[in-house]
Amino acid sequence: MSVRTLPLVFINLGGEMLYILDQRLRALNTPEDQSETGVWSERDRKRVLNDVVGTMFGKSFMDELLKPQQLYSHRTMKTVLTRLAHSSIMRLNPASMDRLYELMIMAFKYQVLLSPRPRDLLLVSYNHLDAARAFVRDTPAVLNQVDETHRKIIEVYSRLSDGDFQLLRQTLLTFLQDVHTRVSVFLKNQIQNPSGRFVLMTSGPVPAGVDVPGLIRTFDPRGREVGRSEFPPGGTYSGSVGEGSFELSGDRVLRLGQNLYQAERPEETQTSRTPGAQLDRTNPLAKEELNLLARLMGCMKAGSVPAAAPRFRISLFPSDPEEEEEGGAPAEQAAIFQVINIQAVQDEEAASALARIAGQFTDEEAELENPSGSKGDDLLAMMDDL
Amino acid sequence: MFHKEKSIQLKNSASALYNNLSVLRIAPRRLTYFTVVHANVVNMVSTSWDGLNYSHRQLQSKEPNVATSTSLIMQAAFCALPSRDLLVVSSQKGIQMYESDGSIMVYWHALDTPEAPTAHAVFARGISAVSDNYVCVGVSSGAVLVFDVPSKGSNITLSEVLEEHKEAITDIASECSGSQECLANLVTADDGGNMCVWKSGEEFQLLNKIPGLDMTCSSVKLWKGTVLAGYGTGQIRLYEAVTGILHAEVNAHARWIYSLDIAPFSGLLLSAAEDSFVRVWHLSITPETNSVEIAHLHNECVTDTQICGAKFCDGDGYAFAVTGYDLSEIIRYVQS
Repeated sequence: MSVRTLPLVFINLGGEMLYILDQRLRALNTPEDQSETGVWSERDRKRVLNDVVGTMFGKSFMDELLKPQQLYSHRTMKTVLTRLAHSSIMRLNPASMDRLYELMIMAFKYQVLLSPRPRDLLLVSYNHLDAARAFVRDTPAVLNQVDETHRKIIEVYSRLSDGDFQLLRQTLLTFLQDVHTRVSVFLKNQIQNPSGRFVLMTSGPVPAGVDVPGLIRTFDPRGREVGRSEFPPGGTYSGSVGEGSFELSGDRVLRLGQNLYQAERPEETQTSRTPGAQLDRTNPLAKEELNLLARLMGCMKAGSVPAAAPRFRISLFPSDPEEEEEGGAPAEQAAIFQVINIQAVQDEEAASALARIAGQFTDEEAELENPSGSKGDDLLAMMDDL
Repeated sequence: MFHKEKSIQLKNSASALYNNLSVLRIAPRRLTYFTVVHANVVNMVSTSWDGLNYSHRQLQSKEPNVATSTSLIMQAAFCALPSRDLLVVSSQKGIQMYESDGSIMVYWHALDTPEAPTAHAVFARGISAVSDNYVCVGVSSGAVLVFDVPSKGSNITLSEVLEEHKEAITDIASECSGSQECLANLVTADDGGNMCVWKSGEEFQLLNKIPGLDMTCSSVKLWKGTVLAGYGTGQIRLYEAVTGILHAEVNAHARWIYSLDIAPFSGLLLSAAEDSFVRVWHLSITPETNSVEIAHLHNECVTDTQICGAKFCDGDGYAFAVTGYDLSEIIRYVQS
């Protein structure tokens, strides 16, 4: 469907990742938390956020995303977002990454579904961009990257019509379909039902450019109004509150895309699954997806962190029952969890290996379809090891 | 006026696509078929009128000659022609036509997809039977493909390509098949809200162009020479097809309209939108005196759901069915 989804997907999912990382790392800054990995200081937290923002808004990465292309599977998204999270000194175990991805996806789904007009998805993205700017305001180089990206986004998306934006939204909704993970902060704020579905109000202001429902007007052949009547619309609507700014800065008016976790306590970012679609379907990735994955991984900078620097393992959601199963008592989590330990150098090798292997698929498309085929499975297994 | 009946469960949920529900009534066999699109799958349910038997079938939009890729479906719609009924499925890759029970594919038309991805998406969307032997399908380029359908067999051919629209086609509608004579029997609508009115034939004739106001027309119907159009602004407009005269304008919904349907024997109109509401209206149109009236009759709210499809189940509008994004059921309503 739409070939313009990827940049907005990454800005919004990545933006949610920043909010969650910020909140969880602040939570690990509390005096009680004297685990072996040490307390996460303000400086450490800022460094992680700077590294992640820097990688997310890297020029070659963004340029790759901005090329017109299809939206791929959750598996690809998750792989790239994992790599994004690991572009800093922080290391997340697989359970943390799974929870993080679920939270990001549900937040994004909420934002897409509730955008009053399809075009308002841009305002949601701009809210995330504004927040990213705030996180890196002390680092001019990274701040500049965010501004550059914002300018490119404005340039590309200001040309799209409302119909194009609705197609983009429909593409995203198909991607996000059937995911009903319950998130405690959403349940608490009553934007999500216990069933996992979001609450859609039938009251409140109508979107900009839309009239309040309830009026029927009839006209004569010359265009003069000859009749007017009203009907009960069923909901309680009020006039639009006006349109937000689509510029580099300004009042976005729309609150979707702002930080929901700021005032929340750490336990609020718990998730619980409802039966339904798994986010990791085990279909073999199509050749085009592998190509994209290879290109994106290759474009992500190895980062300014030297290979020999220590990596800090953290568990983002220590009170999550699944994580406790894996690791036993929270205080010993660092030693016991399966840790993903990737050096920057190895990442580059993996990326170029991916690209090489993806290139070999030109002649072997049929093998991808075969569930017991070898090359596709090897590649997927390699990604599972990342 | 209407009350809710037992829902029909689907194998998977409905995708957020315009006009995402199609209904075919098969009177001789006392069956009704429903189709709902989920990503790259068409869910078909066949229900007996006594409500006792349901059978399900799923069609995947897999192109016959391409090994790996499947593609996302934009729309699935029944086309009822005097001699036969077809199920037409339009996707990113092309157009497939099946026998109405989905058992056999009788025709496949591939869209011209460029080698490298272009700045614009490529897909087919907007499906309608026209007159006795045509099926029209819209394309994202704005073209409308006209297929000539023989009374049986698979010798379907592309007879004409209508190139008037500059933006992606959203929906197509027709009236007057069989014995009726109509001046205009086809209307096509696009992403910019522009509409073209045609008369079918060996060469389709453009009768009128109704300019849009830069707001997508997502669903369109044609009845008694009147175009009924639903827009992204939540408005419904009634135009006289051949002249383009605006008869009425309704501030009908608070969000994007996804589906309109008409019950031709009674003049009931159904509108459904992202705002969770389905509304029933009554139209009285007298072409001779040029008078058009639209009156509101009924509302149904499907809680916490963005509706993507709504269709009457019969020509009188005695019952209607509704689908919603992420919902795995077809909700039915019947007149009290």
